[in-house]
Amino acid sequence: MKLIFAGLTGLVFGVGIALSGMMNPAKVLNFFDIAGTWDPSLAFVMGGALVVTGIGYRAVWRRAQPLFGGTFQVPNATNIDPKLVGGSALFGIGWGIAGFCPGAAIPALGTGRWEVVLFIAAVVIGLALRRLMTRMTTATVPE
Amino acid sequence: METAFTPFASLGGGLAIGLGAVMLMLGLGRILGATGIMSGLVFAQNRAEASWRAAMILGMIAAPGVIFLVSGTMPAVDVPVSPTMIVIGGIIVGFGASLGSGCTSGHGVCGLSRFSIRSLVAVPTFMATAGITVFIIRHMFGA
Repeated sequence: MKLIFAGLTGLVFGVGIALSGMMNPAKVLNFFDIAGTWDPSLAFVMGGALVVTGIGYRAVWRRAQPLFGGTFQVPNATNIDPKLVGGSALFGIGWGIAGFCPGAAIPALGTGRWEVVLFIAAVVIGLALRRLMTRMTTATVPE
Repeated sequence: METAFTPFASLGGGLAIGLGAVMLMLGLGRILGATGIMSGLVFAQNRAEASWRAAMILGMIAAPGVIFLVSGTMPAVDVPVSPTMIVIGGIIVGFGASLGSGCTSGHGVCGLSRFSIRSLVAVPTFMATAGITVFIIRHMFGA
């Protein structure tokens, strides 16, 4: 039941991504190209999503726990460090180069386009590099 | 290439994206961050970690097919960049999102609606670097 619910959640999210235009790199890159072929549509995506999560999250958190048990796992870190700023800056650079972000590319896999598969594979390499880097830097610290 | 301004489709898509995020919080008590879900599946330590993420990703991938069944057209994926750019962008996206603890969905949709201070720093950072990157590529190199 939990897995069916998770699948349905993914489907709703994916349909939203597809309708919104987020999975179309031409549209994403035009959103950022204010000096050129600007298409402001994607501001409406963020606006619409934030209205629903802004109200919905607060309604959900009135519950004692999630439907399928456990606890609400909400990040509570507040530290602004170079990792956060540098990582986010890099993420934006990659997004501006490729025109895809992970949340858009995963549903886009369903269109069967090879470019999407290539992007996802590259993201996995990036994730693996970051894990490798973390392992190497923590390994040099004596216990 | 020009893309059409689609405020209503983008707003509707955004509402569905938000609904997906609220559903995941309601059911499983989790933030909907696409990079985290992908990373959590690829590098999962056990089956419990992997299964709900796999179900969710399958639901996401099913979305374009569902849209095709209902409307008769696949969502547009127009890729105006070269395969090399997709790979370079993808690696930077994976590395950066992991280092910065989030991407468009995690920081952008989920984090901002919680007024997370880290997301309030991350989102303007990656929006700015994406915009600068697109400006440099399109207007300084003329690609």
